[in-house]
Amino acid sequence: MGWYFRAVGTRRIVEFLLLTAFVAFFAGPLLNLAVLAFSGQWSYPDLLPHQWSLKWWSFVLSKDDIAKSIGLSFLIAAIVTALSIVICIPAAYAFARIRFPLKRFFLFSFLLTHAFPKMGLYVSIAVLFYRLGLMNTLLGVVLIHMINVLMFMTWIPTAAFRNVHAAQEESARDVGATPFRVFRSITLPMAMPGILVASVFTFLNSLDEAQGTFLVGIPDYKTMPIVMYSIISDFPSSAGAVFSIILTAPTILLLLAAQRLVSADVMASGFQVK
Amino acid sequence: MSLQLSVRDVTKRFKTGEGVTGISLDVTKGELVTLLGPSGCGKTTVLRSIGGFLKPDSGDILIEGRSVVALPPEKRPTSMVFQSYNLWPHMTVYENLAFGLKIRKLPKAQIREAVADALRLVQLPNSEKKLPGQLSGGQQQRVALARSLLLKPAVLLLDEPFSALDAKLRQEMREELREIQTQTGLTMVFVTHDQEEALALSDRIVVMNHGHIEQAAAPRHIYDRPSTLFVARFIGKMNFLEGVVEGSGIRVGPFVLPNEDRIEGETLVGVRPEDVILKAAEAGEGMKGLIKQIMVLGHYAEISVELEGGGTVRSFQPKDAVRELTAGQQVAVAFTKSIAYPKIGDN
Ligand SMILES: Nc1ncnc2c1ncn2[C@@H]1O[C@H](COP(=O)(O)OP(=O)(O)OP(=O)(O)O)[C@@H](O)[C@H]1O
Ligand SMILES: [Mg+2]
Repeated sequence: MGWYFRAVGTRRIVEFLLLTAFVAFFAGPLLNLAVLAFSGQWSYPDLLPHQWSLKWWSFVLSKDDIAKSIGLSFLIAAIVTALSIVICIPAAYAFARIRFPLKRFFLFSFLLTHAFPKMGLYVSIAVLFYRLGLMNTLLGVVLIHMINVLMFMTWIPTAAFRNVHAAQEESARDVGATPFRVFRSITLPMAMPGILVASVFTFLNSLDEAQGTFLVGIPDYKTMPIVMYSIISDFPSSAGAVFSIILTAPTILLLLAAQRLVSADVMASGFQVK
Repeated sequence: MSLQLSVRDVTKRFKTGEGVTGISLDVTKGELVTLLGPSGCGKTTVLRSIGGFLKPDSGDILIEGRSVVALPPEKRPTSMVFQSYNLWPHMTVYENLAFGLKIRKLPKAQIREAVADALRLVQLPNSEKKLPGQLSGGQQQRVALARSLLLKPAVLLLDEPFSALDAKLRQEMREELREIQTQTGLTMVFVTHDQEEALALSDRIVVMNHGHIEQAAAPRHIYDRPSTLFVARFIGKMNFLEGVVEGSGIRVGPFVLPNEDRIEGETLVGVRPEDVILKAAEAGEGMKGLIKQIMVLGHYAEISVELEGGGTVRSFQPKDAVRELTAGQQVAVAFTKSIAYPKIGDN
C-alpha cells in the first residue's frame, strides 16, 4: 500500500481528497434534493425511497399561492432587469467614455450599498418607503431589488464599454454612421457579453431576494423565496425539495447560458476600479 | 491640376497648450502628401482636423472647394485609416467592408461586388468570411485600407497605418499603397514619423516641428535643399561644420564656400556624407584628418574621419573605393556640395 501512495505523490492525494470533499459538499445535497423531490415514501435507514412519485410536484404546482408566487417572481425579476438596464447602461457608458470629476466617487458609492449589513439598510429604506406610501407596492419591491444590483449592473458594463477602443467608434463615424448608429451597431454589440452577464446576475439576484421583499412587500407581494419559507415550515420536506428545484432551475440554466457567452476575464475586469 | 484639399491657416490648441498653429497646405488631385515629423509635433492633430475628429480653433478646411469645418466626420468626403483598432471584431471582413455601403443604402449585389473588388485590390481575395481576430496585423491593416478605398473618398487619410508592422512587411505595404494610388488616382494624406517611408512614398513631404510646418516640397528637393536646420537634421544624414562668414563666402577650414542666403554671424555648414570626397593626404588641399572607422554597409561604406581641427566627418563611398583605405590613415577631406544655416542659440 505504502509504495502506491509514494508513487502517486502526496500532492495528487491531497487534490483527490479535496475534490471528493468538494463533490460531497456541493453535489451531495443537490442529489439528495432531487431524490427527495421525486419520493413518495422514504424512511430513515434506506438509501433510496420506497416509492417514487410525482405527488409533491402536483401538490406544489396545484397550490394557488405557489403558482402565483412563481409568476410574480419572474415578473419582478423581468421588471428589475429591464429597469436596471435602462438606468445603468447609459451610466456605464458615461463612466467608460466621459471624464468628469468625482467619477471614482460615483463608482465607489455603488459599493457602499454592499458595505453595510443589509437588514439595517432595508429597515431605513422601509421607513422612507412608509412615508412615501411605497410599502406593499410592486414599485417598492422593484426598488428594493434594484438597490442590490446597481453595483454590478454598472461596473461590469463599464468595463465592457472600456474595451471598445475610441478608434473603433471613430472608424464607424468615418464610414458614415451617425453617433446613434455607432452606438447601436458597434459599441453596444461589442459590449454585449458584459451587459448580458450583468443582466443574468440581476435577474438571478432578484429571483433570490428575500429579506428586502419580506420587509417591503408583505402581505401582497409574496415571491418564491418568501413562499419557500412557509412551505418549509408547514409541509413535509419533499414539498420543499420540489420547490427549491423550481427555484434553482432558472439559476442553473441562465448561468450555463452566460458561461457560454462570456469569458471569465470580462467578468473579472468588471470589478476593477479605474 | 485641380485643388482637392486646402487647409487654410488652421490652429488647434489643446487645454495643455500643445497643438498646431497656422497650418496651411494645398493638395492637388491624385497627389500623395506625407506629414513627417518627430513624435508630438502635431501630425495626428492636423489629420484628425481634416477628418472631422477635431474642431480647429480657427482657420478653414476645403475639400473640392467646399468648406467642411462645420461637418461631422460622417458627413465629410474623407476616409481615415487609423494606426490600430480599425476593425470591428464582432463583424466578419465582409460586414466590416459593407457597413459604410449599407449606410449609403446601396443594393446588395453592388455591395458584394465592391467588397470583392476592394479585397482584390489589397491582395486579400476571398477573405470575406473571416473575422478580424483570425487575421494577422498586416492583413487587418489591409482590410482597413480596403474599407476606406471602397468608399472612394475625396481624400484618404492614413495615420501611421503601418507603424505596428515589422520592417519588411512595412516596406511591402508601402509599395502596395503606392501601386494602389497609381491605380485609383486617389488623393492621400499620409502621416509618418519615419523619414525613409516619407521619402519612398510621397509626391510631396510636409516636415512638421513643434506644431508648425518647417518645409513642404518634393522628396528630392527636401533632401537636396532642406530650408531649415531642423529639416537638414531630420531628413537623411548630414555632417555639420562650424563656419565663419568671410567676405561674400563662408570659411570652413581651408575652404571658402558660397553664401547664397547671405547669412551673417556664426553659421553651421551641412554636407551630406555622399558629397564628402576623400583624397590622399599628400594630394594637397583639403581638411586634414585621420580615418577613425570604416563600416561596410552593403553596397556602400561609411567612413568616419576625425578632423585635425576637431569634429568628425562621415563620408559614404562605394564599397570598392575603400579597399585602399585603412583605419588610422591620414586623408584630406573636400566637399562637392554644401548648404549653410545661421547658427541659432539652441542648436
Ligand atoms: N486630446 C488631446 N488633449 C491634449 N493634448 C493633446 C491631445 N491630443 C494631442 N495632444 C498633444 O498635442 C501634441 C500633438 O499631438 P499629435 O498627436 O498631433 O502628435 P503626432 O505628431 O501625431 O505624434 P506621434 O508621432 O507621436 O503620433 C502633443 O504634444 C500631444 O501631447
Ligand atoms: Mg500621431
